[in-house]
Amino acid sequence: MDTQILTYIFVGVSFALYIGIAIWSRASSTNEFYIAGKGVHPIANGMATAADWMSAASFISMAGLIAFLGKDGSVYLMGWTGGYVLLALLLAPYLRKFGQYTVPDFIGTRYYSNAARLVAVVCLIFVSFTYVAGQMRGVGIVFSRFLEVDINLGVIIGMCIVFFYAVLGGMKGITYTQVAQYCVLIFAYLVPAIFISILMTGNPIPQLGFGDTLLNSDIYLLDKLDKVTTELGFNAYTENTKSNIDIFCITAALMFGTAGLPHVIVRFFTVPKVSDARKSAGYALIFIAILYSTAPAVSAFARMNFIDSVQEVQYKEAPNWFKNWENIGLIAWTDKNDDEIIQYSSGNALEGVKPIFNNGRGASGQRLLNNKPDSTNSNEIYIDKDIMVLANPEIAQLPGWVIALVAAGALAAALSTAAGLLLVISTSVSHDLLKKTFMPQITEKQELFYARCSAAAAILIAGLFGIYPPGFVAQVVAFAFGLAAATIFPALLMGIFYKRLNKEGAGMLSGLIITSAYIINFKFINAHLNSADNWFLGISPEGFGFIGMIVNFVIALIVSNFFSKPPNNIYSMVDKIRQP
Amino acid sequence: MKNNYWRSNLKILSILLSIWFIVSFGFGIILSDFLDQFQIGGFKLGFWFAQQGSIYFFVLLTFIYIFLMNKLDQKYKDNNEEDH
Repeated sequence: MDTQILTYIFVGVSFALYIGIAIWSRASSTNEFYIAGKGVHPIANGMATAADWMSAASFISMAGLIAFLGKDGSVYLMGWTGGYVLLALLLAPYLRKFGQYTVPDFIGTRYYSNAARLVAVVCLIFVSFTYVAGQMRGVGIVFSRFLEVDINLGVIIGMCIVFFYAVLGGMKGITYTQVAQYCVLIFAYLVPAIFISILMTGNPIPQLGFGDTLLNSDIYLLDKLDKVTTELGFNAYTENTKSNIDIFCITAALMFGTAGLPHVIVRFFTVPKVSDARKSAGYALIFIAILYSTAPAVSAFARMNFIDSVQEVQYKEAPNWFKNWENIGLIAWTDKNDDEIIQYSSGNALEGVKPIFNNGRGASGQRLLNNKPDSTNSNEIYIDKDIMVLANPEIAQLPGWVIALVAAGALAAALSTAAGLLLVISTSVSHDLLKKTFMPQITEKQELFYARCSAAAAILIAGLFGIYPPGFVAQVVAFAFGLAAATIFPALLMGIFYKRLNKEGAGMLSGLIITSAYIINFKFINAHLNSADNWFLGISPEGFGFIGMIVNFVIALIVSNFFSKPPNNIYSMVDKIRQP
Repeated sequence: MKNNYWRSNLKILSILLSIWFIVSFGFGIILSDFLDQFQIGGFKLGFWFAQQGSIYFFVLLTFIYIFLMNKLDQKYKDNNEEDH
């Protein structure tokens, strides 16, 4: 059967499944809407957490990024898994014991201050919207490439699905849909990885395969990759290019940021007992590790296959996937030496990096560009790193149903994360802003109504982000993690482990200000100075959240000793959450 | 009794988090280039820790934590009220 029909079937069936689950598990009280009535089994919660966490970025973009970054890409692998250890050991059990609905709830109560609650709400909404924008772009890419519908229509379909199960089902609906989405996405990630691993190395386990020898040869895949990449003028695949201190800080910012992401933390409020919160953090990490340990294998295979299938190939003979992605505008070829053959090496192909296409076609049939070729190097290829995972099955010439499966998996990853984020946003509006701050007199029924309204509003805004993608999405992702690391994580950690910390010392503002200032300076105001020479200690904006976190800790410890101790009821509250 | 529970908890945390730091920031980043001179299969050791090993250790550490804390909970159970 035609790949496109298969894709429609796979995506259609998976969407029908999500909607069916949403109807079966809709929420009827705020308790169910916010935290699924605390009745979720730890394994189910682990799967839901994994789906919640693994977004379009993990599924679609990460392996592609690593494919081009090589060993530098390890920051994502360690950063996005190591944070779970912190979450499991330092936060999840205690926050579950505290037993409220939201993260700002904990911060507001622990620091006996509505101002602290509001700062937390602002950080949370900022972090969550940044993230949602990225998901919607992922949905748009998948729809336009595999279903050949307009990106905007794709985003609207995605919005309707999320709207349906998030607004109806709340946390309960989202949880059980996410369980289904996890199964879809992990299957879709593993199947092509296993296929490609067998094709390239004969080893069916990708995690071992990319450390194995190439089929019918005794050369290790990674050695070959090192050799090929250096020959083309890149850094060797298995060596770092960034400085150790920068890698250290980026990894740390991603780890502490992960542990401070509100939509992940809130998942641990849904299980029945404290010991279940620990258990489900463990299961979540296993489920995540399955994908994250496969990803670097996918990266290595993809890089190798990509080079093999385009390097020194006549454009006219170039594979279909190459031309399909060129038609969407995510691959471009500029024939610098007019030999009609594709040459790939290091350096930018085009001046201004990103291709600007006009409607013309060149001598070989390639799309013509308005950018001038970059004459300082001989690389002729522009490739958007986001397409590697999606294109991988085609590059490896796998059957059509695998390609269809990957499309369904990518949508599951994007939608599950979007739903989790939208729920956190709506909860913090209806619960933290309205019920706890501005309209304390509303009844539970009204609160539930407002929660649904704000979920609907959040979906509309997210959809607008998808249709009119703000150009700064990639830049602000660093921001989201940096802020979570510099504000939410320290406030939670010290709230549990340092009783003496009073509301004056809850230094979320210091972390917020210093991290924002550094990132805004290098990403927006002085973007041209954004290079290692100008960075503080050689730390890039991506890693600066870690410094912001340390500043936050230090200021909190100093300031809190100048002011009076927290009231006694706070001491007893902290004592209570420390007991299981 | 309460304080003993908390102290044992902190002890477990500090041991596990030290290992967490060593396998990721230690072997995966700081010592990574040094470890790259050793090879397991097709992997340089430092590269393996950065892209594979650290993740496996993270999973292992979390389950050791779950096991130890459940044991600790059992030990102090009589003194605690059940939370449902």
